[in-house]
Amino acid sequence: MDEFTPTEDFMSPGLPVDEANTTGRRSLGDPEEVPELSEVDCPDGLREAIEASMARYPDHKSASIPALWAVQRLYGWCTPEGIRQAAAVMKVTPAYLESVASFYDLFRLEPAGESQVLVCTNISCWMRGGDELLDAFCEAAGADRGEAGHGGALSDDGKVLVSGFECLGACDLAPMASVNERYFGPLEAADAKTVIEQLRAGEEVLPDKALAARPLPGGDDESDDGRVTSLKGPNR
Amino acid sequence: VSIVETRVLLRHAGDPNLKTIDGYRSYGGYGTLENVYGEVEPDTIVNELEESGLRGRGGAGFSMGKKVSFLPHGNQTKYLCCNADESEPGAFKDRELMQRNPHQLIEGIIIASYAAGIEHAFIFIRGEYDRQADILDAAVAEAYEAGYLGKNILGFGHDLELTVHRGAGAYICGEETALLDALEGKRGNPRLKPPFPAVQGLYGGPTLINNVETLSNVSHIVANGAEWFKSFGTEQSPGTKVVSISGRVKRPGNYEVELGVKLRDLIYGLAGGPLDGHEVKAFYPGGSSSPVLTPAELDLPYSFEAMAEANSMLGSGSIIVADDSISIPHMALRTARFYRHESCGKCTPCREGTNWTVKMLERVVRGEATPMDLDIIASVQQNIIGNCLCVLGDSMAMPVSAMVNKFRDEFEEVIATAALTGLPTSDGYESREDGADPVPAGVELEVIRRERLMGRPIPQSAQQAAEELPSV
Repeated sequence: MDEFTPTEDFMSPGLPVDEANTTGRRSLGDPEEVPELSEVDCPDGLREAIEASMARYPDHKSASIPALWAVQRLYGWCTPEGIRQAAAVMKVTPAYLESVASFYDLFRLEPAGESQVLVCTNISCWMRGGDELLDAFCEAAGADRGEAGHGGALSDDGKVLVSGFECLGACDLAPMASVNERYFGPLEAADAKTVIEQLRAGEEVLPDKALAARPLPGGDDESDDGRVTSLKGPNR
Repeated sequence: VSIVETRVLLRHAGDPNLKTIDGYRSYGGYGTLENVYGEVEPDTIVNELEESGLRGRGGAGFSMGKKVSFLPHGNQTKYLCCNADESEPGAFKDRELMQRNPHQLIEGIIIASYAAGIEHAFIFIRGEYDRQADILDAAVAEAYEAGYLGKNILGFGHDLELTVHRGAGAYICGEETALLDALEGKRGNPRLKPPFPAVQGLYGGPTLINNVETLSNVSHIVANGAEWFKSFGTEQSPGTKVVSISGRVKRPGNYEVELGVKLRDLIYGLAGGPLDGHEVKAFYPGGSSSPVLTPAELDLPYSFEAMAEANSMLGSGSIIVADDSISIPHMALRTARFYRHESCGKCTPCREGTNWTVKMLERVVRGEATPMDLDIIASVQQNIIGNCLCVLGDSMAMPVSAMVNKFRDEFEEVIATAALTGLPTSDGYESREDGADPVPAGVELEVIRRERLMGRPIPQSAQQAAEELPSV
């Protein structure tokens, strides 16, 4: 008698074959292949930026975060097509880059408007009205407060993303917000309306509340041995 | 209260020109580096750093010199990573150091790399610090141009590449092994230790990882010697420390002081004390991961050893002050929510522990908990501590257990008040699902006492809150 060999019918009689379960150790390869550069219409500027990043690291995969930044800067968010383009340049699968992008809070996997307002609601800001500041930004922008607290919400005109955020590292400005990657604070609820209006009009945002304009709290005066004796600075 | 700042790292920091290489040089910057090359043996620098007793300023407080000495000698490729992923709630000192004096950091990195035989260094800066990263980029470019970075530095045969790497928003990347994964272009999950990074780190090579402030100290120690450095601070915590003070104080900000100054001097002296009409109720002495302390502990010296003795930690040197307007259970919830959000999900005690702690604390502030739940919360924290892959789980468990232990009365009062009034006791949180109607007094008080407080008396303030509500 012939040696018994299991057939697909024997393993799943009458049912469609589920390759992933039935083919044992046979590798199915990556579910999605690395796209060819010729298949994706990658703009030259993006390709050059990513290649320059890859050259700065001993292992080119280290450029995945810089590459995603480049995609986000170009398209406003990490679009599926942008991720495919970056993947083609880096010679990795789009799934790999997407897995990286989904880990980090600053990468947006959905449209994110033209401007982004991140309002810190962590401990120090919360103590000084961070939640209320987020309320005020949502009201001024016409953004959904519930969504804004869970990853971000777009304003009614779709131009401004308002998002509650974990500690931004500026507790001295509490309550504060990061507007298009620049820090402002301490803010009052009324400032929210001003910021949204300034963003919509394309004006400079709150110049006198920028972190860049802030002196050291202990003052800039010092004696020759580096011991500060004067205590000047913003007293709130 | 009289206290002065002792500025070493923040010296001349008020000068906006300090950012540029010319400004930095006008105060003697890069002088140490120029003296070191060809004059000082790498081992001498390592010894000097070890002798100085400089402890890591990022949180763990491990001896920097020892860390360098752990790196293997020899010709294999080694790396240095400067940890600039400052994301601990309450910490903002590295931001100040980088935006005001980037070259001080770069000089420290170059000297440390020379001492350890490293030819490629990275600064991993958190993605939110965009302006600071721009400043660093500009400073690094200047340093390359001046010949302090690149091939054959100052003609002495040492090569060093320095790459500024921007993260993209994940607290966990401040954990050293997660930082390495993120730098390798992966999701920032922590690795199992050992092997420690000094043995097998970035790209599998021995890696030295230090905080911004630690590396900023290097050029000063090498220039002035270990004895000079030890003349500041205490025996076990030598040097100065940039302390970030925030929360409910009059003058929040960064202050550089000698380690060992009194907490009271920091909070009441430099930071101006609590806002008018308020009193200090509790404070985190070392960022949101540190167990909270109470006003009774204000006279302790601010040093690694004194904070450890008080069952807390100095951590990254970030004090967050809560005054009497702050509800501790809500602060515990806010803290726990942060760690739940930032847990990478790789190990179970942290992923599940942070999630359940948040859920239980939400029940507390909604008035759906019983005092027994507080015991469960405390026990969950004990099961997190020491059982996680990295310290993120512990970072939530330690402050939350300290709050439950030290402010248990307040937790019980919040439970009772919320249960009696059917309303959240502080804004910002959802009210009970079954509607916000105040319950009729009398009968309900008994029910509350029996069911939620397990027979204990209802706190006075909770009764008052219930009586002030309109009757139905």
